[in-house]
Amino acid sequence: MIELSAITKSFNSGKPNQFTAVDNVTLVVNPQQITVLKGPSGSGKTSLLALIGCMARPTSGRIFLRGVAAAVPFQQEGMESVEITSLPERFLNDIRRSTFGFIFQQFNLVKGITVLENVMLPAYPTGERRSDFRVRALALLEQFSLSRHAGQRIELLSGGELQRVAIARALINNPSIIIADEPTAHLDSKLSQEFMAIVGRLKGEGKSVLIASHDPIVFDSPLIDRIVEMRDGSVVNSRSCR
Amino acid sequence: MKRSLERHLNILEFTLASLLRRRGKNLSLLAMYLLVVFILASLLFFVAALKREAAIILNDAPDMIVQRLMAGRQDLVPVRYAAEIAQIRGVAAVRPRYWGYYYDTLNGANYTIMASDDPALPPESAAIGSGVAKARNLKVGDLLPLTSYNRAPVMLEIHSIFSSSADLIAADTILMPPADFQKLFNFPNSQATDLAVSVRNPQELPTVAAKIASQYPDSRPILKREIQRTYQSIFDWRGGMTLMVLTSALLSFIIFAWDKGTGLSAEERKEIGILKSIGWETSDVLLLKFWEGIVISLTAFLLGVVLAYGHVFFLSAPLFAQALKGWSVLYPSFQLVPVVDLYQITVLFFLTVVPYTAATIIPCWRAATIDPDTAMRY
Repeated sequence: MIELSAITKSFNSGKPNQFTAVDNVTLVVNPQQITVLKGPSGSGKTSLLALIGCMARPTSGRIFLRGVAAAVPFQQEGMESVEITSLPERFLNDIRRSTFGFIFQQFNLVKGITVLENVMLPAYPTGERRSDFRVRALALLEQFSLSRHAGQRIELLSGGELQRVAIARALINNPSIIIADEPTAHLDSKLSQEFMAIVGRLKGEGKSVLIASHDPIVFDSPLIDRIVEMRDGSVVNSRSCR
Repeated sequence: MKRSLERHLNILEFTLASLLRRRGKNLSLLAMYLLVVFILASLLFFVAALKREAAIILNDAPDMIVQRLMAGRQDLVPVRYAAEIAQIRGVAAVRPRYWGYYYDTLNGANYTIMASDDPALPPESAAIGSGVAKARNLKVGDLLPLTSYNRAPVMLEIHSIFSSSADLIAADTILMPPADFQKLFNFPNSQATDLAVSVRNPQELPTVAAKIASQYPDSRPILKREIQRTYQSIFDWRGGMTLMVLTSALLSFIIFAWDKGTGLSAEERKEIGILKSIGWETSDVLLLKFWEGIVISLTAFLLGVVLAYGHVFFLSAPLFAQALKGWSVLYPSFQLVPVVDLYQITVLFFLTVVPYTAATIIPCWRAATIDPDTAMRY
């Protein structure tokens, strides 16, 4: 479970162009559910995802990870909650690698290298044996019907295939939480529905999924457990779909 | 420890894949880099080998040579000077030397002829340098025909051939007994080319030289250490001159490498952003860039040094020989004995590998320290 307590994120603090992207958000994201952050562009969805995914620190407020085996060396035994906002950069990186998998709007795949290398990329700096995570990467490519593209360069793939490579990459370190930022923005309706089907499978495997989207195919999907509506950096409505 | 090693190996592997993506660009950079290291290393090897050869030969040279000047030019020295100089306090021995030059019309080479009173060298025989042996296709026991001052033939049997370790100075030398030397040049009996003086205490060399100069105002004493210093300066100067000529090429490369190293393209910047956003730390990105710099610069350095070694010691440095050897030893040609100055190689390493690697890492620092959040918005 992820718990946000009075989270605020301001940019250019103290300057004339200061703006607040996330304004005093208190929220609970339940485990093994699909939660959608819904709202128009500029409503603070991506900023909130970045804060939850340890990519940025809030200006104020606290974020707790509960029931997640986060990679924090000094975590006391039996302690179920980690307060991530005050952790040093190094530990944040460790948590980010082991706990979260990211799917980006633009896929953010590295050109010029193969599909397999792209999928393995988040595992390179972990210090794990290459042969081990290579086996995992090949299994993921198999799972997403991409095996025949493993040795191909990323430029030769279609939009839907790129999306699936991005998902496989997000799963390489076996994270418990998947964060997706506008994942269907560059996909047609059919591919968007395929994406939602994959998300449903991930939920079935016990993963928590957090999606920022203003695509009706996403937030009207019957797979969704909770919708959090945002506007101008604040949560205006949070409702369960069950 | 094991995880740290795996991390390095994994990132190094990605570095190689990453470098292969921009194959054309990186190979052209490597080629230019290689050329610069090759030229610099060739120069260093060549000058070091020349200096070493000269030092070895001059070690056997006499402490002091006394010449006679006539109208500002070197003239023959009366042999009686030798007995008189031997009387000066501190002088151990004085030996008249007989030597001159011989132009070989057969192959256009200029030989240095010296008379030797070595009893091992029988009359009408000669010891020759390897260059002469090669030029005249001679081996021990063969006859060397020379033409004397009055065009009468002088036949000498080859007694021995000098080893190639003394090639720089002895390659063009012919050593013969004094009688044959006098017969060849009609050399006056009472005179010598110069006098070799040895002194008991090397500290007294300047004093003895001053006494000789005072006693014989027409003499010119030359100390061994002055000759050594002159040789070292000449080779340093020649190396320096060649380096100056190459400076423009070197500067062009430095500007090119600096531009390549420091200028981070939008694509590279975006890639760093992607890596950060998928969980790479700043240190991981810098490690990647470090390996990129090392792979290019170390490959160029090692290949450049190996090629330079072959160029200088196996091919006799055809690219620099004209500039560095000088006219006097162009004939006969000689092979340099390999010598590597580790200090100079280390300096070359620090002047090539280290700056390039630093120039690759430093601009990435800024890009790598961005907030992953910023990268996520690309």
